[in-house]
Amino acid sequence: MLAINVQKALGAFRLNAGFSMRKPGVVALFGPSGCGKSTLIQILAGLASPDSGYVQLNGEFLFDAGKGLAVPAEARGIGCVFQESRLFPHFSVRGNLEYGAKRSSRRACIAFDDVVALLELSHLLNRRPNSLSGGEKQRVAIGRALLCQPRLLLLDEPLASLDHERRGEVLPYLETLRDRLAIPMVYVSHQFDEVLRLATEVVLMRDGAITAHGDLTQLSLGAELHAMIGADLVGAVVNGELLNTDPQTGLSRIRLGSGELAVQTTGIPSGRIVRVQLLARDIIVATQAPAHLSVRNSVEGIIRMISPEQPGSDLVTIDIGCGESVLARITSEATRELQLHLGMRVWALLKAVSVRGHSFAAPMPPERFTSV
Amino acid sequence: MASLSPAELQALTLSLEVAGLSVFCSLPIALGLSWILTRRRFPGRRVLDAVVHLPLVLPPVAVGYLLLVLFGSQGPIGSVLAHTFGIRLVFTRAGAALATAVMSLPLMIRAMRISLESVDPGLEDAARTLGAKPLDRFLTITLPLMLPGILAGLVTAFAAGLGEFGAVITFVSNIPGETRTLPLALYTALQTPDGNAAAARLAVLSMGLGILGLLLSDYLSKSIARFLGR
Repeated sequence: MLAINVQKALGAFRLNAGFSMRKPGVVALFGPSGCGKSTLIQILAGLASPDSGYVQLNGEFLFDAGKGLAVPAEARGIGCVFQESRLFPHFSVRGNLEYGAKRSSRRACIAFDDVVALLELSHLLNRRPNSLSGGEKQRVAIGRALLCQPRLLLLDEPLASLDHERRGEVLPYLETLRDRLAIPMVYVSHQFDEVLRLATEVVLMRDGAITAHGDLTQLSLGAELHAMIGADLVGAVVNGELLNTDPQTGLSRIRLGSGELAVQTTGIPSGRIVRVQLLARDIIVATQAPAHLSVRNSVEGIIRMISPEQPGSDLVTIDIGCGESVLARITSEATRELQLHLGMRVWALLKAVSVRGHSFAAPMPPERFTSV
Repeated sequence: MASLSPAELQALTLSLEVAGLSVFCSLPIALGLSWILTRRRFPGRRVLDAVVHLPLVLPPVAVGYLLLVLFGSQGPIGSVLAHTFGIRLVFTRAGAALATAVMSLPLMIRAMRISLESVDPGLEDAARTLGAKPLDRFLTITLPLMLPGILAGLVTAFAAGLGEFGAVITFVSNIPGETRTLPLALYTALQTPDGNAAAARLAVLSMGLGILGLLLSDYLSKSIARFLGR
């Protein structure tokens, strides 16, 4: 679908990055500021030229240094949403939305009315961009990029210029796009919570190079990601089907490994796949089946790894069956006293109120919207 | 205040005509030059920049003299224009417009560059990713967002053009009905005995035109700001 391998020197900085994307979904390019994420996006969009390498989309070369080929940005059919919305101030919202639509020669798969409905823009159509809030601006920018009928959608830190509240406003729309449109997306971010909610695949970048590529469940156990997000956010990411939600308590039960987990969710119907991050600092390890505790979650598993983390604490990887694992951070003293060792049977305990589940994928294939 | 004499009226319409023609012809050139000087990096850019701004620092009479050397009937450009196209610039109103255009070009370019520099290239990039080709981008994004600067440049250049004296009188002389614009008529009136009243009328007229121009430019810049959604 998408394959890129490019090199570019910018002063002392060297970008040397390659990855490929085989199925539609959201690839999150995640890394610290200045690691080359945005340069890579510019190269994909055709707004910057690499020194060498290639960019290939759906089997067609958009850039090939060997052949001297470089398809200009305006002919690539790649939609872009930038950090600053970059709406045209002299056009109305409708004019902005139609700008790309009028210039696209590809078959219209995404209809104007559908985009307006999906992003809830109908009451904004006649307004000028300068009268919109930051979140509204980004929704219009997303709609504008979608209406040029893109074969690939690039989102370069689209929420970075918004405050916490506005980010929370726009994120659900991005989840909807992921679940309902069949357009592959590359999402650049340095905020882990966005990656957690949106990414179907994660590419980790550091100092101009790609250090890891895979699904978040697997990467969440590895040291590369831990080094980027900091100790507080370390924790296994797991996916599970939502079984049911208790309307009184708001607690949902999701299937996890060979057991179940109670987590907080909002408005996610049964049957959907829910993604949860279980923070290592929230997990308690017991060597016996727990009883008489207020903790709602207790999952049985086997210790697969104990790695010293910061001085005085260990990160314990517990295999809970069905290919899922959780991470627990405990003090080295506890490791010694409980005589934790590889292959040992333990219970991972977690308070239900400390985890929130996010809708991750629809179990059904996309309905109304299809593309390319 | 007495009404204008036919000769004074002639000077007024001639001034408007010369300034209008000069602004009309220099507009595309100023647009092109300001775009090249702002958005392109090439060897010799600084030299071009300096040449364009030369009329601001040279005595106008020197500019008129240079034009005479280049565009006179014996000059390298003037002789070609005369023999090949039958165009004569010396002692004509077209020549007056050329002298005015050269003098006011740097003013126009300055105003346009300032507004072009304030147009975010990110908007042009966004238009690119939406499928707009270079000319399309320039016409639909860059040009409309530059409008305040273009307007400011036009008004400044037109007003300066109405008052251009040194370069005009040196290049095309002071011929009634052909090259005697308002300032030249004012100067002539001052040179004649009992020309004081005429000079006063022409001075007041020039002032009135200036004020009208400023009011018009203020009104237009406000409506453009509304159009641009600011």
